[in-house]
Amino acid sequence: MTDLNSESRFIPDTLVKPWRTAVFSWPTLLFVVAVVLFIVNSFASPYFLSPWSLSDATFNFTEKALIALAMALLIISGEIDLSVASIIALASTMMGLALQFGVGTPGLVLIGIVTGIICGIFNGFLVTKLGLPSIVVTIGTMSFFRGISFIVLGDQAFKGYPPSFSFFGQGYIWWVVSFEFVLFLLCAFAYYLLLHRTNFGRHVFAIGNNPVAARFSGIRVERVKFILFCLTGLMSGVAAVLLTSRLASTRPSIALGWELDAVTMVVLGGVSILGGAGTIQGVVIAAFIMGLVTFGLGLLNIPGIVMSIFIGALLIFVIALPIVFRKVKERRA
Amino acid sequence: MKKILRTREFWLAVVVAVMVFATNIRAPGFATPARLADIFDDSSILIILALGQMVVILSRSIDLSMASNLALSGMIVALVNQAFPAVPVPALMLLAALCGLALGGFNGFFVWRLGIPAIVVTLGTLTIYRGVIFLIAGGQWVNADAFSPGFVAFTRIDFLGLPLLSWYAIVIVAAFYLIMTRTFLGRSFYAIGVNPTAAVYAGINVGKTTFWAFCISGMLSGFAGYLWVSRYVIGSVEVAKGYELTIVAACVIGGISISGGVGTVAGAVLGALFLGVINGALPVINISPFWQMAISGAAIILAVVLNGRSGKQSARLILKEAEHTR
Repeated sequence: MTDLNSESRFIPDTLVKPWRTAVFSWPTLLFVVAVVLFIVNSFASPYFLSPWSLSDATFNFTEKALIALAMALLIISGEIDLSVASIIALASTMMGLALQFGVGTPGLVLIGIVTGIICGIFNGFLVTKLGLPSIVVTIGTMSFFRGISFIVLGDQAFKGYPPSFSFFGQGYIWWVVSFEFVLFLLCAFAYYLLLHRTNFGRHVFAIGNNPVAARFSGIRVERVKFILFCLTGLMSGVAAVLLTSRLASTRPSIALGWELDAVTMVVLGGVSILGGAGTIQGVVIAAFIMGLVTFGLGLLNIPGIVMSIFIGALLIFVIALPIVFRKVKERRA
Repeated sequence: MKKILRTREFWLAVVVAVMVFATNIRAPGFATPARLADIFDDSSILIILALGQMVVILSRSIDLSMASNLALSGMIVALVNQAFPAVPVPALMLLAALCGLALGGFNGFFVWRLGIPAIVVTLGTLTIYRGVIFLIAGGQWVNADAFSPGFVAFTRIDFLGLPLLSWYAIVIVAAFYLIMTRTFLGRSFYAIGVNPTAAVYAGINVGKTTFWAFCISGMLSGFAGYLWVSRYVIGSVEVAKGYELTIVAACVIGGISISGGVGTVAGAVLGALFLGVINGALPVINISPFWQMAISGAAIILAVVLNGRSGKQSARLILKEAEHTR
């Protein structure tokens, strides 16, 4: 997908004012969309503007958003991981298995997270050590990981998680503020620092823009990518702990189709699917937008499958709009 | 002869044959012509879809909306058949293909005219198309008793010992062989996949060719929509859910390079047959069907590893310097 239209480059004679770049940036645009959605929602349903229903609204996107944070870094570096939802299934299954052997809550959490990391290492090994395209590798591991869940569980389910385990997916830190939500905000901040304030983050951007140039500048391209796959595995493991705790059961079909939701969040958040550009702020706001859309439509009794039309249309629309604007502008100029 | 031995397709065919005979040892009677014809019939829809996906992947894109397109086109013809049983089935087949063509063209338009990456566009339409099924059917299923007898029969009628469904696949495979090896369009798909810049200088319109690739994959998805609904006698929102990645898997196993430009019709067909044989073999050798997913996942990983290996060796001689920089 190379750009073949060699356009003559416009060189401005003055600097673009910082406030202008801030106002017209992608996160700002998304933020406006989010605010509009919030206002529309609060007019559309009388039940929307209550602290408890807003708190409930956070549950249906925080787990996906946790994965989207790590996925954003991976996509910026030019790779992708489609196996995240299957990692959740496998991690959840492993937790369920451990439960049968009488492992307690701390052990369950540890097993969930470690399973996630191992899956990430497996993906990272195939992509970076064997030099295979990540989209294909993770389509394979996507079947493979969930396939193991199906082998272990068949048409059964693991149930009977201990009461203390339910805190992670159902507990509240303070009043209506859930543990999941606080964890998401903390992780979002941590990923913001990692991507935008550290050398590692600069390396991720450099690799996404030009892996060859990045290598010549002394960046260990393979190692950075390997770490990113591990991080994505880790976040999937964390999401598995939260989701399993929230549902209090494990089925092999758990989190089916979430990989596409996570990728949608990332792309909607302004991360270039071709790599090299994107912000964590954008991804976080995109996560809120998806949460607002699904929750708002849910309050209006619109079935989930119809919501997916909105999400899909939103994705294409938000990506297409700036391009159409630019084309119209070019034609006028 | 030596040339044939070196091709990926030959070895894949060997693997498929070995799988068939190994299954035959465990469960005698598996390798009989009748059973093999059944397996081919079961794989027909996947073969057709894999060919469509192949064209898109060759031109450096990917179509994740094929399964949703299939389900939507299938639902449309199912509803038409339910409401107007008198409409002849060939007209419905044409309608399904045209619906698919329109949906595929929609994808292709965004990729061509707006330059949005194919994975983003088709990720969006994947969910949109499936949502539309719910809307047009009002959340209802079209059940077996709602179909006219002809609608169901047009994949089952026996012709020269094979069901018509198999014949559709055979005809489409033959047509694709000719298109991909003998026509300007077919060669263009390879050209823009191998090197889009060079393709421009060779007088190929890259965007338009990509658009045609999406039209082809869409049209085949639509036609497969009729086949699916007729074959499994059900129209619902859930039809072929998650199948988009199985289609990509068939292509990958068949040696079609995800980075474009490499792949053959024979590869796509064998990739689909590989998955078909696994699905057919597992029940007869008493392995729980729950193993199927993990096995096909392992097969994909193995296929990618092997393809990656063989691709690297041939590339090293030509692009010695580029290899270091990778």
